[in-house]
Amino acid sequence: MTRKVKSPPPFFIHVPPAIEMRSITKKFPGVVANDRIDFTVEKGEIHGLLGENGAGKTVLMNILYGLYGLDEGQIFIDGKEAEIDGPRTAIKLGIGMVHQHFMIVPSLTVAENIVLGNEPIMRKVLLDTNKALKSVTEFCDRYKLEVDLKAPIHALPVGMQQRVEILKALYRGADILILDEPTSVLTPQEVQELFKAIRALKEQGKTVIFISHKLQEVLTICDRITVLRRGRVVGTVKAGETNVGELATMMVGREVFSTFEKKRPEAKKTVLRVENLEAVDDRNLPALKGVSFEVCAFEILGIAGVEGNGQTELVEALTGLRKVTSGSILLNNIDITRAPPHERIQQGTSHVPEDRQKRGLIMDFSVMENMILGSHDRPPFAKGFVRLDIKEASDYANKLIEEFSIKTPSKDTPARHLSGGTQQRVVLAREFSRNPRLIIACQPTRGLDVGATEYVRSKLVDMRNEGCAVLLISADLDETWALSDRIAVMYEGRIVAVKDPEKTSESELGLLMAGAKPD
Amino acid sequence: MQNLTEHWKALIRTTRRLLQRLFAELKAALPKMLPQVIAILLAFLVGAVVLAVTGYSPLDAYGAMLSGAFGDTFGIGQTFTQATPIIFTALAFLFAYKSGLFNIGAEGQFLVGAFTAALVGISFEGLPFFIHVPIALIAGAMGGALWGFIPAVLKARLGAHEVITTMMLSYVALYVTGYMVNYPFKEPGSWVAQTVFISPSAELPRILQPTQLSASIFVAVLLAGLTHYILQKTTIGYEVRAIGSNPSAAESGGISIKKGIVLALTLSGAMAGLGGAGEVLGVHRRFIEGFSPGYGWDGLAVALVGGLNPAGVLLASVLFGALRSGGMTMTRTTHVPLDIATILQALVILFVAAPKLVKYLMKKGGFKWWNSST
Repeated sequence: MTRKVKSPPPFFIHVPPAIEMRSITKKFPGVVANDRIDFTVEKGEIHGLLGENGAGKTVLMNILYGLYGLDEGQIFIDGKEAEIDGPRTAIKLGIGMVHQHFMIVPSLTVAENIVLGNEPIMRKVLLDTNKALKSVTEFCDRYKLEVDLKAPIHALPVGMQQRVEILKALYRGADILILDEPTSVLTPQEVQELFKAIRALKEQGKTVIFISHKLQEVLTICDRITVLRRGRVVGTVKAGETNVGELATMMVGREVFSTFEKKRPEAKKTVLRVENLEAVDDRNLPALKGVSFEVCAFEILGIAGVEGNGQTELVEALTGLRKVTSGSILLNNIDITRAPPHERIQQGTSHVPEDRQKRGLIMDFSVMENMILGSHDRPPFAKGFVRLDIKEASDYANKLIEEFSIKTPSKDTPARHLSGGTQQRVVLAREFSRNPRLIIACQPTRGLDVGATEYVRSKLVDMRNEGCAVLLISADLDETWALSDRIAVMYEGRIVAVKDPEKTSESELGLLMAGAKPD
Repeated sequence: MQNLTEHWKALIRTTRRLLQRLFAELKAALPKMLPQVIAILLAFLVGAVVLAVTGYSPLDAYGAMLSGAFGDTFGIGQTFTQATPIIFTALAFLFAYKSGLFNIGAEGQFLVGAFTAALVGISFEGLPFFIHVPIALIAGAMGGALWGFIPAVLKARLGAHEVITTMMLSYVALYVTGYMVNYPFKEPGSWVAQTVFISPSAELPRILQPTQLSASIFVAVLLAGLTHYILQKTTIGYEVRAIGSNPSAAESGGISIKKGIVLALTLSGAMAGLGGAGEVLGVHRRFIEGFSPGYGWDGLAVALVGGLNPAGVLLASVLFGALRSGGMTMTRTTHVPLDIATILQALVILFVAAPKLVKYLMKKGGFKWWNSST
């Protein structure tokens, strides 16, 4: 008979860690998103989870929050093993998560959003608005998080919306708060506010996990930092005992950028000319307030800026997906301001969309079917009245699969079954192979591993060297820096400056992105 | 006359080749169809419980149903007669569904198609049948197409949801055609709200006397083949499927979503309308008020039971046709009420509409491989 050996009584009062994740493994088709990850967060600490996009941070936290099941591994909450089979269980265990994309109802007020799911009820069916307001007010005072409770969400700035998300999680009894890339949508000022709030939470004894890929932020706010790279833990360090350089090396593992050889064009030829472009966003608020710039052949123009300053709307206006309220867009001196997307594609516009799974690919379609999207209605693929030449499309797909070394079992594999990097290759193969004059590339390396990132970047430079005009929109300043011939800084719907990357310092660009007036 | 039988033989040969092609496709899709098969089995199982509880012998009832549906030539004829209109309406639902639209108004499109075909059938005398039949069929398709085009434009222009508009237009179709055969186009001196018989030159031949099975079933099979072809091998089908699976990406790829919606729903309506025309020209030879026992609504269920696949639709239509024709025999010979057939139909739909339940049962039943294959 075997007896379980009890651990000896501790000499000091042992506090079990708030979270202990042991040997977590999670696989998706084609990728190991989390590879035997060990991750421990002590009670009451602010723990940074650092890594590049696609390193597996969000996947790990989604497992903790019960959004994904795990393939292998164990999770302990406060020392007790927990099987988290859904967000409901996670919430019961005191875990709250604030996602990158907010999960709040825009038409409801702040108070209503906070109590959503735990509404105080009056006479069995009615929402007790007064009681809700009162309890939420007390609650906000306790955490010293100020917000206008009666305002509808859609009227609030992003920073405030995020605060509502945090309050909502706390209201549901969260002791452990996961913040997924909380600063990516914030202005520098709002970031400072957020940091204040996080410190206040720590004083109240809450545990915070702070996911980010921004080194400086993590160093500023966190007690300890765990670095992930390509699905594995590189190490956990104390914030006080490390520096930006060490973290960067841990995060990327090597010199980030190769230098790309760029050919200089003989003569300047404008391909895209945008003049005084204005457009509104989905909420009907002005998003583009008179944008003007040009992109020439043999040139990469990088657009730098904090996300949400009109970049998305700019791209949609250029590709014909969003109506322009005024101004003009000229492609090779042809006015395409009001042209539908289909016409712009024929005129030589290629678009590598920001969200490849939503805009770039049809996930249920095969690689082949995705390859011909946009050219499907023209010869050689369309024959006669409406016939689609499958043979022609197959040959074309096979050619591109080889040319762009796309790792797919066959041309008939649905795009859904490919890894993120491979999916992006399919998009690039399609967009770069129809003789574009202008390439609009949005966040082209987001979520890709180092190898795929390198590939995408070198392809962009290749296209430039072949005479394409490339408009690069990237949230990654380093990327914009390394690839662009000129950098345009976008702030609040305007191009505030156009700079030569070789003659501009990073801090100067940073200031411009944060809204400082150019000299 | 010699020549004519040759034509028929050629038609039958083409149909057979088409069926072979379609079922080859179906075989490839079969692993995905397993939940449907299990849903049907479950429905019969629960149906047996209902029978036993109400004091009938499930074995006798099912036996009577089976022999009624497939036991003799007459039964088989009736089964296929009942299946034919459902094939059309199911294909109509399927086609719209592939573009992401929920066309639940096949009943209305079916009725309008039936009525316009009847009008053309009545209006011309002395045309040769090889002209009269096609124009009557085309008229039916166009009537249905119009009834699909209206909600399509409402959706594309005003954003009106097609579920509401197609359903409402079904009632409009029901009452407008009802009015037409009660007043302006009523057969003089008749007690029944119906038109006069169509000209013999517009009749689709009956192919299995004495049952009402008509050549409309060939049209149905051809349409199944055509639907498959359009979806897989044409730019229209490509765009329709692209819009259905990811409208944002389709839009980025230069596909006009509005045009696609209008095209898909109009073609869908045309398919249902063609089915109505087939019923009028082949079975009733006139438009009778209330002649459809809800073929349009059955089409929706059959499309889902058929796994949203044209060949699957053919099979599922035969199942539903068999339930209708076998049910009648069952009532006659065993005194089990006809409602049992309706209950079975409802159960099939219920289980097909509850894929999670079926999936769960399959998991328990050791069908693990299925999960990995999807």
